Amino acid sequence: MNHWYYFVDLFAKVRTTLVEWLQSVDLPSSLIIFIDSIIGIILILLFVFPLVMLFIWMERRFIARFQLRPGPNRCGPLGLFQPVADAIKILVKELIMPAKGDSLVHWIAPVIMFFAALMIFAVFPIGKGSMGVFADLNIGILYVIAIGSLGVIGIFMAGWASNNKYSLIGAMRGVAQLISYEVPMVLAIVGVVLIVGSLQMSEIVGKQTVPFILLQPLGFLIYFIGAITELNRSPMDMIEADSEIVAGYFTEYSGMKFAMFYLAEYINTLAIAIIVTTLFLSGWKGPFLPVWFWFVFKVLAVFLFLLWMRATLIRLRIDQVMAFSWKFLLPMALINVFITAGEVLVWDTWMSGWTSFPWPFIFVNFAIAAVLIIVWAKVFFKLGGGRVEVGRLRARNSQGYGADSQAPVS
Amino acid sequence: MELKTQPFVLNIGPSHPSTHGVFRMRVTLDGEVIVDLEPMFGYLHRGMEKLAEGRTYTQNIPFTDRLDYVTPMLNNLAYVQAVEKLAGIKVPERAEYLRVIMSEMMRIAKHLLSIGFFTNDLGAMMTPLLYMWREREKLVDLFEMVCGQRLTFNYMRIGGVSHDIPPEFLPALKKFLKEMPGFIDEYDQLLATNEVLLMRTKGVGILPADVAINASCSGPMLRASGVKWDIRKADPYLVYDRFDFDIPIGTVGDVYDRYRVRIEEMRQSVRILEQAIEQLPQGDICAKVPNLLRPPKGEAYARVESQTGELGFYLVSDGSIAPYRWRVRSPELLNLTVLREISLGWKIADLIAIFASIDIALGEVDR
Repeated sequence: MNHWYYFVDLFAKVRTTLVEWLQSVDLPSSLIIFIDSIIGIILILLFVFPLVMLFIWMERRFIARFQLRPGPNRCGPLGLFQPVADAIKILVKELIMPAKGDSLVHWIAPVIMFFAALMIFAVFPIGKGSMGVFADLNIGILYVIAIGSLGVIGIFMAGWASNNKYSLIGAMRGVAQLISYEVPMVLAIVGVVLIVGSLQMSEIVGKQTVPFILLQPLGFLIYFIGAITELNRSPMDMIEADSEIVAGYFTEYSGMKFAMFYLAEYINTLAIAIIVTTLFLSGWKGPFLPVWFWFVFKVLAVFLFLLWMRATLIRLRIDQVMAFSWKFLLPMALINVFITAGEVLVWDTWMSGWTSFPWPFIFVNFAIAAVLIIVWAKVFFKLGGGRVEVGRLRARNSQGYGADSQAPVS
Repeated sequence: MELKTQPFVLNIGPSHPSTHGVFRMRVTLDGEVIVDLEPMFGYLHRGMEKLAEGRTYTQNIPFTDRLDYVTPMLNNLAYVQAVEKLAGIKVPERAEYLRVIMSEMMRIAKHLLSIGFFTNDLGAMMTPLLYMWREREKLVDLFEMVCGQRLTFNYMRIGGVSHDIPPEFLPALKKFLKEMPGFIDEYDQLLATNEVLLMRTKGVGILPADVAINASCSGPMLRASGVKWDIRKADPYLVYDRFDFDIPIGTVGDVYDRYRVRIEEMRQSVRILEQAIEQLPQGDICAKVPNLLRPPKGEAYARVESQTGELGFYLVSDGSIAPYRWRVRSPELLNLTVLREISLGWKIADLIAIFASIDIALGEVDR
């Protein structure tokens, strides 16, 4: 495993070499830890930013192809330098501050968004073993959930400080929506945690002899829908719904402050793609090809799926989104947790001697997921979700000039 | 303790991504729910009706291009018909057929565009719009073939049309008509079988038929409410009585029905076009009309079924070269008057959907 192309292992290699060298020159241990973390941060940034640039390029290019147009193709080969051109354009823009806004909060909001987005990357296993993670916390998943919900504060601060009614509506929607979707998302993760029996990210990848999407189809679905909402991506982009509230919470932002929101959005997308890869698609594992290939391939596949949805679907309405969370996803997530807990119990008590992996549960879980979705969709309509039934309205409408009595006709 | 809340006044417009021009709505909100709405017009008022009184009848034709700037053919047609009625001019048969062909092409083009923008306002990220745009582009190419313009056609003349169609026009149009039904089916399947679109549009912004009639709504807006009223059938102009076509109507009058009526109307327009090409006679394309037309004293009103409803021109002549009064009956303005009534109690997102389903262009509303 010493090939140059194991760049993720390079991450571990550089770190160990430097730490050993620092120890040999007899520096105090606290300083060594400090320098080690600085190196780790730089390496993570070197991993995150190129991928984010690739995401921005992919988004513009692929969505253009979905929409029958060529997309950016003037900056470099295949328009690959378009993100660079975008960045330069944004950097030279004037920073505009709304006249009666709260300037301090207006400044801090993008910083909070940006750092909350970056901090998640500390616990992601991007390579093998404990050195493939910057900080292999034993409560990794809990950390991800906690930091992931910090971004809401940035959104609300931005909406509040802008002194703009569109921003305020966007921020209010954001808080309501993100907090609602946090609940089913966490419950969907609980299923995975129950199977693995650990909160540590590297352990979760280590236990996945097959991807957990097979064992947890329902959990994957719930987590993925929640993740789309968390990312404010279409069809759940109520927070920045451009046809309704102009640009939502960042209507009043420009220049680098806007760029931080923009980048934070893509960094969050990358983070969610990595979480989905790690929890449900067996992380960096894969046959034949090197670790980094499988990892990046899976992350890009998840991102491509997000793009596809964005290019295809129509935005929902805020009350429909909330109803979907509380009346559909939450009960499903709870049922999923119960079923998974039961399966783990059954497995540990009776079946663990038979095979090394709970194969039968794959079929059982897919069947349960299909039945549950179909049945609960009916219940969901009863509870007032989904489309409006027009039969009742038609009865009212047919009085006077209606469909049945034809008005002045030729 | 009771929390004290106060209404939240939001100005949507005049510059807003989905007001399609400069239209302003002063919306009072309770949370996200609309409790009051005050539409404000006039940001694009150009004094067109007054300006027209100082120009000759022929000089006024380009003005009509700038009414609903997306459908110049239909506006031209309504105006020249009013002038012809006023002056008693007989239009050659070929010109009448050409006018039918152009107005039905224009109707398809506009409905494509309005459905595209409608989905865009519902929150699709440009994709349906750009697919619709592809078909519209073919139509615009055809228009360019005929009159050299892509936006303000200025094609109709008093007594006929300005140019005859070039020889390559009919094959291109036939090709378009052959593939268009397939495309309409494709778009309809993509959009109307999508649960999200149904959730967003069904039962939203219901316009009861009696309200629609009282507010003198017309066009797809009225037909979606279930009233079978189409000028092409009710008061046939040109040669529309020679074609076999249906009037699609809705049942409920919600946003979804308006969408559905537009889709069906495109199918009917394709049918009309096919028949019109079959029957297209040879002959003159324009009657002999003096350059400085002096219609006799009197008044005339002519109307056509434009893409949004009954577009009428009311002209009064005092016997001089310029009209004494030049009045537009704008269907878009009249359709817009029910906006407050049908959007109260709905949310901001629904207001945008309802507004998009009314389908206005501010050029015609404000004139």
